[in-house]
Amino acid sequence: MTAEKPDNGSSILGGQAELIPIYVMGQRVDVPPSLTIMRALEYAGYTLTRGVGCRGGFCGACATVYRLKGKPALYFALACQTVVQPEMYLAQIPFFPYRRADYHLEELQPTAATLYQLYPELLRCLACGTCTKACPQGIDVRAYMAAAMRGDIAAVADISFDCIACGLCSARCPVEETQYNVGLLARRLTGRYLSPVSQHLLDRVQEIGDGKFVAELQLLKSLEKAQLAERYNAREIEA
Amino acid sequence: MTYTESMLASIAKVDASRSSRMSTPFRRMTPEERDDVLRRFHPDYIQQAMREIRIGRSQGMRTPLEMADVLEGPAQIDPATFQLGAPDLLCDVLVIGGGGAGASAALLASENGAQVVLATKLRFGDANTMMAQGGIQAADKPDDSPAIHYLDVVGGGHFANSPDLVEALVSDAPLVIRWLEELGVMFDKLPDGAMNTVHGGGTSRKRMHSARDYSGAEIMRVLRDEVRCRSDRIQVLEFNPGVELLADASGRVTGAVLLDLETREYRLVGAKAVVLATGGGGRLHYQGFPTTNHYGATGDGVVLAYRAGAKLAFMHTMQYHPTGAAYPEQILGQLVTEKVRGLGAQVCNLHGEQFVFPLETRDVESAAFIRECVERGNGVATNTGQQGVWLDSPMIDQIHGAGTIEKALPAMVRQFRNFNIDMTRQPILVYPTLHFQNGGVAHAPDGSTGVAGLFVAGEVCGGVHGENRLMGNSLLEITVFGRRAGRSAAAYVQGVELGERTLAHLSAWEQARREAGVSGGRPSPILLPDYTRHVRQVRQDPLIPVG
Repeated sequence: MTAEKPDNGSSILGGQAELIPIYVMGQRVDVPPSLTIMRALEYAGYTLTRGVGCRGGFCGACATVYRLKGKPALYFALACQTVVQPEMYLAQIPFFPYRRADYHLEELQPTAATLYQLYPELLRCLACGTCTKACPQGIDVRAYMAAAMRGDIAAVADISFDCIACGLCSARCPVEETQYNVGLLARRLTGRYLSPVSQHLLDRVQEIGDGKFVAELQLLKSLEKAQLAERYNAREIEA
Repeated sequence: MTYTESMLASIAKVDASRSSRMSTPFRRMTPEERDDVLRRFHPDYIQQAMREIRIGRSQGMRTPLEMADVLEGPAQIDPATFQLGAPDLLCDVLVIGGGGAGASAALLASENGAQVVLATKLRFGDANTMMAQGGIQAADKPDDSPAIHYLDVVGGGHFANSPDLVEALVSDAPLVIRWLEELGVMFDKLPDGAMNTVHGGGTSRKRMHSARDYSGAEIMRVLRDEVRCRSDRIQVLEFNPGVELLADASGRVTGAVLLDLETREYRLVGAKAVVLATGGGGRLHYQGFPTTNHYGATGDGVVLAYRAGAKLAFMHTMQYHPTGAAYPEQILGQLVTEKVRGLGAQVCNLHGEQFVFPLETRDVESAAFIRECVERGNGVATNTGQQGVWLDSPMIDQIHGAGTIEKALPAMVRQFRNFNIDMTRQPILVYPTLHFQNGGVAHAPDGSTGVAGLFVAGEVCGGVHGENRLMGNSLLEITVFGRRAGRSAAAYVQGVELGERTLAHLSAWEQARREAGVSGGRPSPILLPDYTRHVRQVRQDPLIPVG
């Protein structure tokens, strides 16, 4: 297999296919049509530090806004997960001055009042749905903001779960919500306060505190490789 | 980006064999069969892709050529001319690296009284942690125990693991799960509160805890938020990778030189202790493999620690994850989580036949895929000539009920859907991809390295996984040893009296290079891989000349 490397454009194409025009911050560059936006930027000579992260769709660093020639609509995408189209006008959003609330989770209550207090702008939400339209993950942001206004914290957590915090929702919001930080707060409240208790975990933490497994681990640590291998190969495997 | 006709013909065979395969699972390999396939097909065993390190405290250790080059490289800064003035920042503990290990270390160091600076190459949280999908292991069920977990870890690691490190890993695991839950991590649970755990490759109990298939992202975003909530005790510096450590005349680490990627200026941070949590080096692309790793994973921490006098461990072994995406080309090498197999998906060849038990350890599974394609000629070829084998994802809904894939693997479904492939209805093509640095800086269970004031945590470390890591033990490693390193660093700085900050270790390094006849080489750490295509000349000097 070939690595991702400087000539990755041509490795996809064998250097054969025709190039297509895209516009990077207004400048036309011609790139192979099979490239993702991120690889197209590198093909065009850019060395990326902003607007690049995991390159696998998980980190939200490469939020991108684009328009297609002659069309009024704005589209939103992750540069690492989206293939270029002809006559695409691209802008990366490398940073945006979003607000996040400071808090001590252990002092909070999992209630609507907590959300309103830390994010008072929540109640200004117009339910216009611009956020949902902007989400490259396809999350119904408006729906979780509605749940937040109702104080249904578990629903906010569930709907917002796949959020990668790229911030496009907030960048587009007409009333300056920071939707993704509301989602984060709701998920942390859910994880700490609203998820059902795992009794087996609490029991095991107690047993470890009591030193229940120390002797057995000392024994295993003292075994020679052959003895360990014998035990390993004879393990009982849970069905 | 739908499948080609020849791929569709092979998929038809996978579909046709599904119902009979579901009732006849493939058997596990014997220990002898595992050894054989590893020796003949695993990339770690290709001797011409390795060489000995020629200088430093682990001289003679074998490592991939690409890693040896960065380890032996000249420093980014010249100790003879670099001006060490007053530091720009002072703190008790400097954490280099903004992934899960760095965040855990920063939290525990600050909790134990230290003022902390956390410096990171790109944004805080841009790290392999964010990309970890499958889950985190912990023996917290009644039919499981840390001792059973111990046996799985050392068996998976070919019994080469450091026993003390494994003991720390498995004993802290349930404590870490509880800590994460108190910080607000949403683990997958059953309605009665029991953790909804599954198998991973090489596990003997179902102890894989997950947060859908955003497990690492969920942990990372919670840890990051908690660090940001403690801004009175922890200062975060983004776009400031570490390029060199500072030490006093007796070799005790006293801070680091960072490079501000925005202004291109060096920044000096004086610290009483440093925790290196810089992650691995998949972006060095050993043997030309693509990688699942984050853009910044260039092996920096190993380089910095090695020059400062630390020893390395297990640098000959890298982990190739069996299921990297092999199609479409745009996501070549990106991770397809092991949880797909954990949920029951089988692996098939060109003819729709099983050829390996789906949950062998990762090294064995990878070697078996390579054998199926290279030796037996049963691989599926894509339009670019890339080989791969089928991962029969549609089986999951047949086993667990319709909708399971969407619910349990939303990130995977989304990734393939972005390229018009529906993994709930069609299998996906996979091939091994460079995933993890099994080895790294040698360390004790408290994160200390033998170099005073230098602590390590996470993928930069070596020892706990031996020669092969099991799924779910990396999210565990970063949190267990991040916490331990942060706590140890905070204890170490109490009352420590350090000498003047110097680059004496770099001068010694340059001398060692000369004496060993090592010259030239690309300055390291390299910080970022070079993927830019330049067809024109690039101006090297500053755009506006200084002075």
